[in-house]
Amino acid sequence: MANIAIIGAGPAGIEAASILAKRHHVTLFERAETTLTNIHDKALLFPDFTSAEDLATQLDNKLNNPNLELRLNTEIKSLVREDNNWRLTDSAGNQYDFPYVLLATGYHVFDAHKKEELGYGIYKGVITSLELEKMIKGNQILNVNGDTPQQITFLQCVGSRDEKSGNHYCSKVCCVTAVKQAIEVKKMLPNTDVYVFYMDLRMWGQGFEEMYRTAQEEYGVNFVRGRISEAAATYDNRVQIKAEDTLMGVPLNLSTDLLVLMVGMCASDGTRQLGESAGVSGEYGFAKSKSEHLADNLTERDGLFVAGACKRPMSVNDTIQDARAAAVTILNTIQE
Amino acid sequence: MEKRYWNEYQKAIADNHYFYERSCIRQTFFPGSEAAFLNILRNDLGKDIYDSSHQHTCTGIGYHSDVVPFETTMTIVARLFSLMTEHGYENYVPSCVTSFGVITEILEKWHDNPELLDQARELLRKATGREFNLPNNVAHPSDIIYKFRFELKEKMKYQLVNRFTGKPLRGVEHIGCHYAKIFPKHGIGNAEFPYVLAGMIEAWGGEVVDYPERRHCCGFGFRQYLVQENRGYSVANSKKKFESMEPYEPDFIVANCPGCTMFLDKWQYTIAEMEHKTYDKEGRGIPVLTYEELAGLLLGYDPWVLGLQMHQVQCESLLNKIGIAYDPDTKYKGVSGKMLAMPEKPTVLKV
Repeated sequence: MANIAIIGAGPAGIEAASILAKRHHVTLFERAETTLTNIHDKALLFPDFTSAEDLATQLDNKLNNPNLELRLNTEIKSLVREDNNWRLTDSAGNQYDFPYVLLATGYHVFDAHKKEELGYGIYKGVITSLELEKMIKGNQILNVNGDTPQQITFLQCVGSRDEKSGNHYCSKVCCVTAVKQAIEVKKMLPNTDVYVFYMDLRMWGQGFEEMYRTAQEEYGVNFVRGRISEAAATYDNRVQIKAEDTLMGVPLNLSTDLLVLMVGMCASDGTRQLGESAGVSGEYGFAKSKSEHLADNLTERDGLFVAGACKRPMSVNDTIQDARAAAVTILNTIQE
Repeated sequence: MEKRYWNEYQKAIADNHYFYERSCIRQTFFPGSEAAFLNILRNDLGKDIYDSSHQHTCTGIGYHSDVVPFETTMTIVARLFSLMTEHGYENYVPSCVTSFGVITEILEKWHDNPELLDQARELLRKATGREFNLPNNVAHPSDIIYKFRFELKEKMKYQLVNRFTGKPLRGVEHIGCHYAKIFPKHGIGNAEFPYVLAGMIEAWGGEVVDYPERRHCCGFGFRQYLVQENRGYSVANSKKKFESMEPYEPDFIVANCPGCTMFLDKWQYTIAEMEHKTYDKEGRGIPVLTYEELAGLLLGYDPWVLGLQMHQVQCESLLNKIGIAYDPDTKYKGVSGKMLAMPEKPTVLKV
């Protein structure tokens, strides 16, 4: 049996750990006090509106294996090659040596404060998609005044495909997340008008295009092609937005109860730190694999593997698939 | 309040020894502002600032109206720099926001395209035989007042506090587009939440009004005003701002651009005449000040020496709220004490 360290107990880390622990001893490090923090933040997952809590329970059940040791509240701060091992050092200064390490440190969402023209952190009516998801999960969506919102407006591509923030890449999951959330809002609040401002809608996955069509035809969600240039609070605590409808060729100036910023996926602090420490840091702080086509779970460093959204923006289902591929890659490497 | 990233958008502002570039139009619209700035720097802050009598236009209005070509503007700016060099200064302070925009644009152009700098040197040499150094630091005068706002506060006789209610006075701040919207990095607080004027208001006891059309254009826009047929567009933009700020009942407006200060002031008269509408409760309009006038008032400068009687919206309502003493009888008297002509009264706007 080999000793394998996995850093990050998200869907990628847990899925890979559950497979690898069938043959080897796995230590799963997680900096938070619970597993699956990003999953627990969500209500339902696209495209089939799977309950995030149900998925979390199923994933957590996979941890029941005597070969698998879960270390919560253990933040790995550095990852360096020492002889033929990888040396992990946690925030308390403890050191652990492993011949094989899987980096599954995931993502965090873009800090919307950086787009100050959109007023996040300044005007209470401006929230992020993550905050709306928590409202949906709590089954209560209210405006700043504590009333049922008459209008909710989504803005795509906040902190992604964006020169100002320095993130030129597409975050991949925000388009479909907005469509999913718009449908969920309409299910909860049928009389609330919902607008989605987009650059172009990238419905790349199975069932996504159908969701987009359903949102328009069954739920009356209004999709407007254009960017919102600025947001400001009105005297009655609503949010005034300025935008352009590029299909109609007209400027828009409208007020809304809630402006929901679809914040993109960025490399997590752990991904950035450990990627740099191990020498596998790629563009935008994400971890770099050896080859996206044939060696997407390998890195240029022996014994170090990568899985999930620490490499690039990735949906939950793609993350789980990628973790399985990573597990197979590690098993093959050990066998060689 | 959560983290405000714009607090991190700061810029280098020289501490002393400035070369001052006068504005073409400010001495007409706000005749006491530039003198007040020089007095504040020299007398209140003890700074060295040089005011050359050989300076001239930066061409800004002509340049932005497409009647002056870039090469001409570049050469004329080069001559201004040569004056600065000749007098041994390195810190350039253009009074007008449009000049500030022209200067920063040309310096950026020269930085990115060194061949243009060579061309400017050659053109200036051929035309005048002069040479020049690039400034080490370019700051707008509002940057400098902002930099020393707390030092000035120590010397101020008044605060931006309503003496009747004890509450902070509400100020609308408006920066010129050419201050931070061309190159946001050159504006304190960047373009979205510029802090240069807001910082003064807050430091001096007032409260900044954050209204929905805060970032909207004042209505000047060069061609919107310079072409007579477009002036309706200009006044419509100003009106949009006034309507947006009205519910917040601002006590004053402060701006750092000559165009903004003028249009936010004079269009209030125009709208009052056209629509019988004013944007304050008393029908007097919202006083509009330059930042030098605001600083000067609080430092105890005579409002009429500052030239506030030249504004369209009269400032007495604000002076009364702050508690600034003034003599109504000297309002329209010249320095010699001789009575100057009285302006005609507006139909609607109370004076």
